[in-house]
Amino acid sequence: MSAQLLGLHQPGTTLLHRLAAGAKLVGLVVASLVVVAVRGPVSALGFLALAVALLVWSGARLGLTLRAMRWLLLTAAILGAWTVWQDGWPRAVEVVGDLVALILLATTLTVTTPVDEVMDAVARGLRPLRRVGVDPEAVALAFSLMLRAIPSTITLAEESRDAAVARGLERSPRARLIPFVVRVVARARDTGDALHARGIGD
Amino acid sequence: MSDIRLEQVTVSVPTHDGDRQILGETSLHLTERRVALVGPNGSGKSTLARLLNGLVPATTGRVVVDGLDVARQGREVRRRVGFVFTDPAAQLVMPTAREDVALSLRRTHRDRAQRLAAADRVLADFGLDGFGDRSVHGLSGGEGQLLALAGVLATEPSVVVADEPTTLLDLANSRRIGDLLLSLPQQVVVVTHDLELAARCDRVLLVRAGRVERDGEPAEVVEHYRAHA
Ligand SMILES: Nc1ncnc2c1ncn2[C@@H]1O[C@H](COP(=O)(O)OP(=O)(O)OP(=O)(O)O)[C@@H](O)[C@H]1O
Ligand SMILES: [Mg+2]
Repeated sequence: MSAQLLGLHQPGTTLLHRLAAGAKLVGLVVASLVVVAVRGPVSALGFLALAVALLVWSGARLGLTLRAMRWLLLTAAILGAWTVWQDGWPRAVEVVGDLVALILLATTLTVTTPVDEVMDAVARGLRPLRRVGVDPEAVALAFSLMLRAIPSTITLAEESRDAAVARGLERSPRARLIPFVVRVVARARDTGDALHARGIGD
Repeated sequence: MSDIRLEQVTVSVPTHDGDRQILGETSLHLTERRVALVGPNGSGKSTLARLLNGLVPATTGRVVVDGLDVARQGREVRRRVGFVFTDPAAQLVMPTAREDVALSLRRTHRDRAQRLAAADRVLADFGLDGFGDRSVHGLSGGEGQLLALAGVLATEPSVVVADEPTTLLDLANSRRIGDLLLSLPQQVVVVTHDLELAARCDRVLLVRAGRVERDGEPAEVVEHYRAHA
């Protein structure tokens, strides 16, 4: 339930809310490139601090957002532990810092911008590419569904855990992972069907 | 009124030991405004319903809606045939109610402000005024199904296919959704286990074991099904 809030636009009047969706999108893309291009643990921590600051500035309810993200953070922590073991501390800090920073930046975008506005901005930005066969509406739809996928995947993880708990299997990783994967695949198929059902997306 | 034809359609699905036919050869011509599909679990009702907008492809034969071949003119058919699922959660893809309806309106309303205003009008038409900013995940089953239906009808389909749209609803809500469906000006094909709803349609098909076992007057077909359930 709480994870759903992650994808939800929270109306507000901060500068982040008032910026045009297109500007924020370009900002997100540029930031992603920079975060990935600049190497090293120190810069990763810097990006992370910046992302947290932006999220705080956006007025997102931090407690809720963090609670919604706990499974994502747990996954990041596991990834971090593995990287420590494989490549050592500096690399682990870089990988996890970059990843969480990007997720927080994407979250800031969804908190401050209605999906519909994001779709309009993407569609408008891609309109010149129509001549080379790109369908701007289709890409806009795919992009907004991708943003939506983050919170809904977290919800699915929570549901899978609930289902495992309901059968007294909460300690079995298998009883949690397999239903989770099945749910993610089923959700992707359902979303395709849902668009199909309304004649949109093609 | 629309015109739906199934011409010697079969549907088979691959299994580990060869193909299994889940719908035997079926030919139908549906012109009635309200058509119900009834029958036991696993009989092939959903398969038949999903054929009508290409969610399930015919293995052999042809499905034709208003002269359009579902396999070859899929895009046009999907714009014409709206589909309502049992579980609204499977149908609602945007975060809030207003945005979900607005998604359906993107093709007809380019301007964002106009689109959102139109979405609010659709919500009001469905008795969902005030729900615009609500998360689609926080709705009750009845509200969710109303919203799913609103989202489909906002695309202005000429046929509405609904697969057990009232199965998850309580008595009041299932009556409300049922009444709404039957009062639509469009052609409606509804899969249902609610035999009262089926009896109020213009034509009922009883599907059993992958075949249309009986087809005709609602009262007669429903009576037959009750006697041989
Ligand atoms: N993709 C598929 N792969 C394998 N078998 C399938 C597939 N889709 C349907 N079936 C099988 O085809 C049969 C008919 O399924 P269908 O969903 O059409 O039944 P139904 O009449 O809608 O049942 P219910 O009332 O339970 O919804 C069932 O035995 C089902 O298991
Ligand atoms: Mg079914």
